Amino acid sequence: MKIHVTDQAGVEHELEGLDGWRTMEVIRDWGLNIKAECGGACSCATCHVFVAEEWMDKVGAPSEEEEDMLDTVADVRSNSRLSCQILLDESLDGLKVTLAPSASKDDVAA
Amino acid sequence: MSGTEIVTDAVVIGAGPCGLFSAFELGLLDIKCHFIDILDRPGGQCAELYPEKPIYDIPGFPVITGQELTENLMAQIAPFHPEFHFNRMVSSLEKQEDGTFRLTTDADETFIAKVVVVAAGGGSFQPKRPPVDNIEAYENKSVFYSVRKMQDFRDQHVVIVGGGDSALDWTLNLQPIVKSLTLVHRRNAFRAAPDSVNKMQRMVAEGLISLQIGQIAGLEGDDGMLSRVHFKTDAGDVSIPATRLLPFFGLTMKLGPVADWGLELNDNLISVDTERFETSVPGIFAVGDINHYPGKLKLILSGFHEAALMAQAAKKIISPDERVVFQYTTSSTKLQKKLGVA
Repeated sequence: MKIHVTDQAGVEHELEGLDGWRTMEVIRDWGLNIKAECGGACSCATCHVFVAEEWMDKVGAPSEEEEDMLDTVADVRSNSRLSCQILLDESLDGLKVTLAPSASKDDVAA
Repeated sequence: MSGTEIVTDAVVIGAGPCGLFSAFELGLLDIKCHFIDILDRPGGQCAELYPEKPIYDIPGFPVITGQELTENLMAQIAPFHPEFHFNRMVSSLEKQEDGTFRLTTDADETFIAKVVVVAAGGGSFQPKRPPVDNIEAYENKSVFYSVRKMQDFRDQHVVIVGGGDSALDWTLNLQPIVKSLTLVHRRNAFRAAPDSVNKMQRMVAEGLISLQIGQIAGLEGDDGMLSRVHFKTDAGDVSIPATRLLPFFGLTMKLGPVADWGLELNDNLISVDTERFETSVPGIFAVGDINHYPGKLKLILSGFHEAALMAQAAKKIISPDERVVFQYTTSSTKLQKKLGVA
């Protein structure tokens, strides 16, 4: 299973996805620029991604709890999701996401 | 204002779970602790990020929330009377000629300590900065991430951004003294306390404040002083006059001044040895998520182990001539007396 992740600099990376992993975990494991500071507990919004439009239906809408966390970033779009809440399985083979500026390790804190 | 000076055995930087447990291990060895933490309460990430979230890998607790773990640790260290200094950040740390350490905080205090334990997790919690061009130029002049003095907002055109309790509370509190107030949130649903949301909606209905559903997109002004705030809404771009902006997007962790203390770092983590959990500066220890050593796992349970070994090493620095006999709390009357149970 592959996932395609475009980083904040616009570079696309093809990553090996693993069934049962969270998208955030794959991106973090690969060493891309994702802060993911709460570790996947849907408690921080620093793993924020934009899902490619053609994948929106498969990925689905965020839960209410996730919507609440999305309130804590200022660059939300209609295709925003927290990547820790996208659980990978075969149906998401080929998934395309872009890392949001608010997921960067640096420059998020004032 | 001249600052106060506090002389103590140990200063622990960070009152998260690993910092708190350090006070237990140090306390058993009669070492007195002062805590310094940027948050307004103990618990660190357990308090700020996931107080209600269950944790499943604390030994002996099949499930416990961040809040419960913090409360338990506070009860566990209570017999040692640690002292807490909240809402402060350590700004400098240096070793003095006599081997003690001098720490200063942004609250104008000085601490003199024989040992320092850095238990700062992912760094200090700082407000999230919205990704708006040039916002730095306005910060602390007309853009603020907290309200220190309400007078700074009197008769101003204030824009508050966010949908949580901070945004709603300050909307309600500032409305009576401002010239105009606009609350901006990305959706017409608020995670703040329902009572605050109701009060806010009443103010909107009465025309006391205005509510815009949208996201902040740009700032306009001169020399750090705002004149307009631009945002995007479903109905298109909107711009309103504003002289003060308060973005409330919660907190995020930043390494901060730790990087300037001359400690050997490994990719923004403090390198330590695995016998003493001491940094490259003898007498300064690092435990929990902020340290690095081969095989490190960022788990609370690892930090507890690190705290126990750190305390043994710290004791030898503080009382070099004292023979330390290893004891168990189950059997040692001495330890039980310290814990107030014998």
